[in-house]
Amino acid sequence: MKIDWTRNETLVFLVVVAFCILTTVVDPAFFSLPTLFDLLRNSIVTGIFAIGVLVVLVSGGIDVSFTAIAAFAMYSTTLALKNLGLDVPWYGAFALSILIGTGLGLVNAIFIAGFRLPTLIVTLGTLSAVRGFLLTFVGSQLISNVPPGMREFSQLILFRGTTAEGYFYSLPWAFAALVLVVAGTWFLLYRTLLGRKIFAIGGSEESARRIGIGVRGVQVFIYAYVGALSGLAGIIHASLARVANPFDLVGLELSVIAAVVLGGARLTGGYGTITGTLLGLALIVLVSNSLILLGIPSTWQSVVIGALILLGTGLPAFQAKRAALRAG
Amino acid sequence: MDQDMEKPAAAPRPASLFRRRDALLSSAMTRLFLLTLLIFVVMAALDPSRFLTLGNFSSMAFQFPEFAILSLAMMLSMMTGGIDLSIVGISNLSAVVAALLLSSLAGPDATGLAAAGTVGLAIMAALLVGGICGLLNGLMIGIFGLPPILATLGSGLVFTGVAVAITGGSAVLGFPAAFAFLGNGAVFGLPVPLIVFVAIAATVWLVLERTALGLRIQMLGTNPLAARFAGIDDLAVTVRTYLLSGLFSAAAGLVIMSRANSAKADYGSSYLLLSILICVLGGINPYGGFGRVAGLVLAVLSLQFLSSGLNMLQVSNFAKDLIWGGLLLAVMVANGIQFGRKSR
Repeated sequence: MKIDWTRNETLVFLVVVAFCILTTVVDPAFFSLPTLFDLLRNSIVTGIFAIGVLVVLVSGGIDVSFTAIAAFAMYSTTLALKNLGLDVPWYGAFALSILIGTGLGLVNAIFIAGFRLPTLIVTLGTLSAVRGFLLTFVGSQLISNVPPGMREFSQLILFRGTTAEGYFYSLPWAFAALVLVVAGTWFLLYRTLLGRKIFAIGGSEESARRIGIGVRGVQVFIYAYVGALSGLAGIIHASLARVANPFDLVGLELSVIAAVVLGGARLTGGYGTITGTLLGLALIVLVSNSLILLGIPSTWQSVVIGALILLGTGLPAFQAKRAALRAG
Repeated sequence: MDQDMEKPAAAPRPASLFRRRDALLSSAMTRLFLLTLLIFVVMAALDPSRFLTLGNFSSMAFQFPEFAILSLAMMLSMMTGGIDLSIVGISNLSAVVAALLLSSLAGPDATGLAAAGTVGLAIMAALLVGGICGLLNGLMIGIFGLPPILATLGSGLVFTGVAVAITGGSAVLGFPAAFAFLGNGAVFGLPVPLIVFVAIAATVWLVLERTALGLRIQMLGTNPLAARFAGIDDLAVTVRTYLLSGLFSAAAGLVIMSRANSAKADYGSSYLLLSILICVLGGINPYGGFGRVAGLVLAVLSLQFLSSGLNMLQVSNFAKDLIWGGLLLAVMVANGIQFGRKSR
């Protein structure tokens, strides 16, 4: 197999491997199954968000409201189930949360596809408005006693084991949700006409329109899809933590976008891969969980993430600019 | 169509080049003025005994300059068609550097010449840090071709991160009493922060309306390719724009620090959204190209009236998030029809 050194994926993969080797050298305890399963568990919610962001970036837009949508969907679902005293199984709670997320995604779609407003400013507005609405009218109290269905979900263990030293490790079924989302989105982007349309719009909206693509319809689908994924990520977050905290999740959005951008997706649209996104996700999860093992205090975390964004996007941008200069 | 007609007429006089645009803008400006007036009248009518007092106006004049200055920083980058997401990071990093200098060199007990000297040094240091940060943004965008949103997203994280790292995440306290003058003092009854804001707003107005740089910023924002073909050095324009944005952010950081009597890496984090809201509300085109200082000032005033009024009605801060977000969307929808017609 030929290795393409100019691809972001290759670079990020090498950085991830180097990070793991370096951390293992400094602290051999890092290289173990419990660490691996910890990292996998920590990547579920961020991972689902990242896949949603990838779809938006591929279409040439940007969404910063997904964390607020997730917090809104998970908190109002938990509150509704508790107040109504409904004893629904976990998939009932999931369905409701996904439904709420989709609805809020459609609100984004109204402004973006309907009024043709810039995606960054619309989603900044909805981020603030959705969060404000949640905390003002729905509630700002932490719910520590989540409905039984959600508690049951957190006890569904996909895989568990014990190391030779007697450390327990396990992986919840929630991880299967990430796998499903990844597989489903891969199929959507690479095996359906709708997926090709998303890439086409990201490449050039005007050209997409001229070859007869209903740009608005596709945009409505994209933001509803991201809303649905946010609802899913939110309810998984609350179920696994067994706490619905309305202040959670918001603030994560920049590191999720960082993960996707590091994975090679372009903000200008039309380009992005699932593999790259997963590698970017791995890097961000590693940096936010294991930086301290390298002897770097956790206060430096955002410096490292910021520097990675600048390097990871600056090098390809510089190469592209030089190539353009040489060509023209 | 509109634009194509205008471009060949890129005459030496800036006033004529943008006259048609100004005509359009003035109607948006009229609407904005009416909105500001409406908010003022409603808030005054709801509680005249508290809203229409000298004390209330004075406290408003101390409150708005900090985010108004940040909005001016945001405005410049938006006019080139970019955006600066690092303004709050820059303002906190510069404030933290100034705070560390002040507390280690002078301390709270310093008076007289020693205090004045250190305060001057700290202000210079903060502006230097802000300038360097802005310069870095400009170079990354201009030389490496990074999209402004990514460059400033990343650099904003780095600036905030450095501020967290050098303070360990806690607030820096203990400044000489003289430093409080910048945020809380008054000259001839005028609050010092207000004077700082007016000085910076006048500078931005001068740059945009009366200098070649201002014309180039507007041309670059209107159409980068056409601007390059017209022989504009886009690197120089970009670097200067973000340099100014960094300097203004540092100034805002100093005002915030003086008013809070401390500096911390996460002060004013809500100001980022607020400054974008103010720019959009003030009629600055988020796609770049045009905008006026007068619009921005009106937007700042209307938001301050709204905010003070809501405070009096004891509306929670969360409800303010909702109102600001909703207002941003509503204003974009109202102005969007205009932006849309322009881009055809």
